[in-house]
Amino acid sequence: MKKTYKIDVDCANCAAKMEDAARKTAGIADCTVNFMTLKMIVTFDEGAEPKAVMQDVLKNCKRIESDCEIFL
Amino acid sequence: MNRKQKKVLIRILIASVCMIILHFLPLDSVLDGWLRFFLYLIPYLVVGYDILIKAWKGIRNRQPFDENFLMAVASIGAIVLGRVRTGDYAEGAAVMLFYQIGELFQSVAVGRSRRNISDLMDIRPDYANLEDDTGHTERVDPDEVEIGSVVVVSAGEKIPIDGVVIEGHSSLDTSALTGESVPRSVREGEDVISGCINTSGTLRIRTTREFGESTASKILDLVENASSRKSRQENFITRFARIYTPAVCYAALALAFLPPIILLIARQQPQWGDWIMRALTFLVISCPCALVISIPLTFFAGIGGASREGILVKGSNFFEALASSDTVVLDKTGTMTCGVFEVAGIHHAVIPEEEILEYAALAEMHSTLPIALSLLRAWKKDPDPARVSDVEEIAGQGIKARVDGREVAVGNEKLMAVLNIVPQPCTSVGTVVHVAVDGSYAGHILIADRIKPHAAEAIHELQSIGVSRIVMLTGDRKAAAESAAREVGIEQVFSELLPEDKVMQVEQLLQTRRAGTSLAFVGDGINDAPVLSRADVGIAMGALGSDAAIEAADIVLMDDDPLKISKAIRIARRCIRIANENIVFAIAVKLICLLLGALGLAGMWLAIFADVGVMILAVLNAIRALKVRHL
Repeated sequence: MKKTYKIDVDCANCAAKMEDAARKTAGIADCTVNFMTLKMIVTFDEGAEPKAVMQDVLKNCKRIESDCEIFL
Repeated sequence: MNRKQKKVLIRILIASVCMIILHFLPLDSVLDGWLRFFLYLIPYLVVGYDILIKAWKGIRNRQPFDENFLMAVASIGAIVLGRVRTGDYAEGAAVMLFYQIGELFQSVAVGRSRRNISDLMDIRPDYANLEDDTGHTERVDPDEVEIGSVVVVSAGEKIPIDGVVIEGHSSLDTSALTGESVPRSVREGEDVISGCINTSGTLRIRTTREFGESTASKILDLVENASSRKSRQENFITRFARIYTPAVCYAALALAFLPPIILLIARQQPQWGDWIMRALTFLVISCPCALVISIPLTFFAGIGGASREGILVKGSNFFEALASSDTVVLDKTGTMTCGVFEVAGIHHAVIPEEEILEYAALAEMHSTLPIALSLLRAWKKDPDPARVSDVEEIAGQGIKARVDGREVAVGNEKLMAVLNIVPQPCTSVGTVVHVAVDGSYAGHILIADRIKPHAAEAIHELQSIGVSRIVMLTGDRKAAAESAAREVGIEQVFSELLPEDKVMQVEQLLQTRRAGTSLAFVGDGINDAPVLSRADVGIAMGALGSDAAIEAADIVLMDDDPLKISKAIRIARRCIRIANENIVFAIAVKLICLLLGALGLAGMWLAIFADVGVMILAVLNAIRALKVRHL
């Protein structure tokens, strides 16, 4: 399943870091962060629960980049 | 500027004022040592506290090598050196100050172009006026409107959902979708697509799609997800930054400690301070921000600018392929020609031409075949059924009817043969409709697919921008194909091809293209999905309202003007050029400054300007990619 979320982040490098962090989260098959449109496009693993997984993604992103935001 | 940016601006201003005051205070004589140190810490911390925090977090998360880390180490190092050696703290504080100025500039520039592009693509409808059974309208979220509902669109509003007009007529502004400024007029029974602006009358529309499936949503989806497919330049920068930043950190470390140790071994003065300062300068210069931000910005701006012209690009990698396309393969019907049959001429007329057309149109008035429709369209008048009687349709031959009391026969040569009439053969390519009145030959009407008005010009444009091979493929008959090719100026034609033959032709052309160049296929998206995906770049044109084309192609031209092909190539080429300019410029300046820094010829101030200056220039250059109107 594929979903798009609006995000807020300051710089291109921070966006790349978010992408990395999200990809390493359990339940995520793939993730692309588009810094220019401020969108995170997430592909979930089969059977993953998007709501719960996205909470983890947000937590992981916050840890590496404190002033980022994902609008869930 | 948003709140965050304003906050940074205020911090920059406070810090700058502090620095200026500190510079002019007679510190040297009155204040010295620690007091001076603490006074300089004020602007330093005001402007740089968040960078220090981020750098610390990076270290804690074991991802230390980013620009925050570079800046933190360089500025702290410069201040510590100032404490133990020179007593000058301005450099350390300035590193932070200018770094923040650069970041703010970049953030504002990115925000600007982001807004610019979303304004361009301002086709997302915010609401729909849904009409219920009682005729009462209510403003709702377009997402909630079901298929088959009736929505009302007043003048000045956007059409929220694709549908059919059931009442009213108006002209639509499609410029946000196609870049075409001529309004399109619509009336009852015609399809309308979401994202167009209703400019005059009120329209009642029965929706034929859900909002999510409507044209506006699909296009926005396409544009917004465009940069998830990255170009070589962008991938290069990502890889580059991953290797480069740690590399310069270690190089700086080596620069700080190796030469002094070697000097010590050689029993000379180690000059620790000098070498550490050089290493710090090295760090400031090496910050890769200019590249990391300007390359994606270039593609974003290029793709955004192209969408304004009605050229939708699905990813920056396709921009790259388009820029290097040396072979352009075109489909005939719908690409070079209008794909609609029209009366192209009336020949060998024995009676006045208008009369031939009038008799033919009236005889065919009850038919719904394409030929009958084109006759009626050409005649341009509303047929009066009272004038026509005894209509007899003869399958595979034509129609016999009594019009105004006269015996009219409209059809092909077979019909004429049956009626013992000798028709005049036609030398032009197309479908020939012979007309006989009262048993004698009246003349014939040629119906043909018309070449698009800009087709020849478009081919010429392609040649003049250096496309070396232009090929036309068509399923049409040889004569029709060759005459169309001659008319537009294409030399290489392959005709009478089935869809799978087209794929084979394209594969052969792919094998013979020059190395490093790519092949673009242009079609109208109908029946040529396999070819569109087989080519390096598949371009679908006239895609407004055609889902299949939007799905299958890599680049979508919203209207059907063939001149857009060369325009798309020009936009792509310029975008790639700007990206390459930025890569070469930024890396060259950095390398020169790094060398000067390592040799001790460039101080901290030059380093700061090299870093921030290159970034600002690169960002300004990147924004140029947005301006594509006059390409």
